[in-house]
Amino acid sequence: MKIRRIVAIGRKETLQVLRDPRSLTIALLLPLMQMFMLGYGVNLDVKHIPLCVLDQEGNQRSQDLLKRFAASRYFDLYKVAASIAEVRHEIDGGACRIAIVVPAGFSRKLVDQGAATVQLLVDGTDSNTATIAAAYAGSVVAAYSGEVQLQAIQRRGGQIQTLTPVAVQARVWFNEDLESSYFIIPGVVALVMAIVGAQLTSLTIAREWERGTMELMVSTPVTPMELMLGKLSPYFVLGLVDAGICLALAVGWFEVPFHGTLPTLFFTTSLFLSVVLCIGYYVSVSIRSQVGASQVALILTMLPTTLLSGFSFPIDQMPALVQDITYLVSARYYVTILKAIFLKGATVSELAVPIFSLTAYAIVLVVLAARAFRKTLD
Amino acid sequence: MMAAQSAPAIVVDKLGKRFGTFSALDAVSFDVRRGEIMGFLGPNGAGKSTLIRVLCGLLRPSSGRAVVSGIDITQDPEAVRKRIGYMSQKFSLYSDLSVVENLRFFGGIYGVCPGAINERIRFAVDMAGLQGRETSLVSTLAGGWKQRLALGCAILHKPDVLFLDEPTSGVDPSSRRRFWTLIHELSAGGVSVLVSTHYMDEAEYCMRIAMMAAGRLVALGTPRELRQQSIGGELLELECANIGAAMDLVAKIPGVHDVAVFGDALHLLVDDGAETARAACALLAEHGLPGASARQIAPSMEDMFVHLVRTARAQGAAAGT
Ligand SMILES: Nc1ncnc2c1ncn2[C@@H]1O[C@H](COP(=O)(O)OP(=O)(O)OP(=O)(O)O)[C@@H](O)[C@H]1O
Ligand SMILES: [Mg+2]
Repeated sequence: MKIRRIVAIGRKETLQVLRDPRSLTIALLLPLMQMFMLGYGVNLDVKHIPLCVLDQEGNQRSQDLLKRFAASRYFDLYKVAASIAEVRHEIDGGACRIAIVVPAGFSRKLVDQGAATVQLLVDGTDSNTATIAAAYAGSVVAAYSGEVQLQAIQRRGGQIQTLTPVAVQARVWFNEDLESSYFIIPGVVALVMAIVGAQLTSLTIAREWERGTMELMVSTPVTPMELMLGKLSPYFVLGLVDAGICLALAVGWFEVPFHGTLPTLFFTTSLFLSVVLCIGYYVSVSIRSQVGASQVALILTMLPTTLLSGFSFPIDQMPALVQDITYLVSARYYVTILKAIFLKGATVSELAVPIFSLTAYAIVLVVLAARAFRKTLD
Repeated sequence: MMAAQSAPAIVVDKLGKRFGTFSALDAVSFDVRRGEIMGFLGPNGAGKSTLIRVLCGLLRPSSGRAVVSGIDITQDPEAVRKRIGYMSQKFSLYSDLSVVENLRFFGGIYGVCPGAINERIRFAVDMAGLQGRETSLVSTLAGGWKQRLALGCAILHKPDVLFLDEPTSGVDPSSRRRFWTLIHELSAGGVSVLVSTHYMDEAEYCMRIAMMAAGRLVALGTPRELRQQSIGGELLELECANIGAAMDLVAKIPGVHDVAVFGDALHLLVDDGAETARAACALLAEHGLPGASARQIAPSMEDMFVHLVRTARAQGAAAGT
C-alpha cells in the first residue's frame, strides 16, 4: 500500500467535490433538512402547553403535585382556578389547553391505596396535542405517585417486605413519554448520519464508471484498498461536518441535554461514519450506475436504521429473532452510544461493548468494500 | 541488460477472449519489438480494443498467453500495470480537473516519486505542447489537446510499453500528424507502442501493421510488405455515372470476385484486368450507363484491407455454418 497513491486519489476526489457546488450544497443541506424533517416527524413533544389547575384538596401534597406540573417544561401554569366553572371557562375560551383538578382526599387515597385519581380536562380540538398533553400529564402524575409510594415504604422501614421497591422505582424512572425527545433525537442523528454518509460515497465509483474514467484507473497499479482509502478520505471530512451539523442541532435546537465529552462523541461518530461510508462505497462498487447506487444506498441505510436500530421501536420489545437481527444493524450500536453519551455522559470504557461491536463492524466492512472492487472490466 | 534489449516488448501467443459464446479474439499471435510502433487496423468490432484491454490486464484472456515487458499478464498483472501506459478509446481523463491536476493525479497513482514528479509533469506539458494551458480545465480543451494530454498522462512513469486505442479518432488532420510525431519521438526513446486506428493513412506511420477482422489477425507486416502482398487477383478501377447501379451489374460479370466503393469509383478484384475492363464497359453501356472507363491499378493499403476483411468474413461465415 502506497500512501502516495492514497494521497493522489484523495486530492483528486477533494478537488472534484469542491468543483461541484451543487453536490456540495446538497451534502451540507441534506443533514440539516433531514434533521428538521425527521426530528419533528418523530418527535411528538409539545412544549409549553397552557395549563389551568384547580386544587380542591389544598394541602401540602396536592400543592406538591401541581408544582411539578408548573415546573415541567411541557406545561406553563396559566391560571389557578377556584372552581370547576372557572376551569371550564378557561378551557372553552381556549386560554388553556389542559386543566388538572386535584380532588379532595387525593393524598389519603394515594398513601393508603397506592393509587389516587386526578381529573384531567383536555381541549380536544387538536387531538394530537390533546393526546400528548394527556400523556405528559399522566406521566408527571405517575412519576409523582411513584415517589410518594417509595417514601411511604421507606417510612415504614422493613415492615412491608412483599412490596418490592425495585418495581416502584421502575415506575419513577420509566417515564419515557416525559422524555421522548431526549430519547428520540439521538436516534434521529444516527438515522440522518446513516443516510447522508452512505449517500456521500454511493456515487463515487459509479460516477467514474459512467464517465468512463474508471477504465484508465483500472489500468494503473493502484490497489483496491488504496483506491478506497483515497476515495473515502474527503467524504470522511464532509461526513464529520455533517455530523457536527446534526449534533449541534440536537443540542442547540432540539434541546437534548449533552452530558458526555466531545472526544468520546468524536471518536464514536468517526467509527460510525466509517461504517456508513463503507456501506455507500460497497454499493457504489457493486452497482455501476449512479441513480441505482444512490437508491440502493438509501434503502440499505434507512430501512434497517428506522426499523431495527431501536430508535423508533424499542429493541427489547421485538420478537427474539428480530432482536438477533438487530445485531447486524450498525446503527443499533451508534444509537445506544449516542443516547448514553448524551443522556448519561458515558465514557469510552463504559461504552466498550458497543464501541467494540462498531469497530469490528467497521473493519469487516472496510475489508469487504475494498475487496468488492475488482480491477477488471469483465 | 543485453537480454532485455533484444527480448520482445510484447509476446502474444494464441490469445483468445470470449464473451459468453462470442469469440472477440481468436488465437491471435504476434510480437512487438522494443521501440517498435505496431499499428492495428480493423473494422468496427474487429477486436482491437479487446486485444488492448486484455494486454493491459483489464480483461482476463480466455485462452493463450501474453507477455508484456517480460511479465506474463495473467501471472502478475500488477507488475505489468507498472510498466505500461494506456490511452483508452473513450477519453478518460477528468474533465473537471485542470491539465496539471490530471497530470499530478496520474503521476501519483503511477507511483512517480515526489522528487521527480514536477520534472515529469513539465516534461509531459512540454511534450504535449500544453504550455500556457496548465491551469485550464480539461473540459475547455479542444480534441487534439485532450488527446496529447492523455498521452502525457500515460507516459509520466516512463512506461516500457504504450497501448493507444484509436488515439487520434475525431481529431483534425494537423493534430493527428502532430500526435504521430510524438509517438515517433517516444519510440525513438525505446518505448514500444501498440496503437489501433481506423485511419488507413496512419498505417503508413507504423513500423509494422497487423490487420484484424472478426477477432482474427488476417495480415501482419510492414506497410510495404502488405501493399505488395497478393490480394488474389488484379485490381480494376472503374469510373462511371451511377455507382450504385453499376456495382450490382459488374458484380455479376464472370471473373469478378469482389466490388468495393472507393470514393466516387469502384474497385473490382478480377482474374484478368484487360478482359474484364472491356466486358464491364460494354455491359454498363448496354444498361444505359455509357462513358464508363476502367483501368488496372496497383492495390493500395486500403484495397488490401478490404480484401482481407472480406476474406475473413467469408471464412468466418463458412466456419459458422
Ligand atoms: N464486454 C463485452 N461483452 C460482450 N461483447 C463484447 C464486450 N466487449 C466487446 N465485445 C464485442 O467484441 C467485439 C470486439 O469489440 P472491440 O471493441 O474489441 O472491437 P474494436 O475493434 O475495438 O472496434 P471499434 O473500432 O468499434 O472500436 C465486438 O463485437 C463487441 O461487441
Ligand atoms: Mg475499439
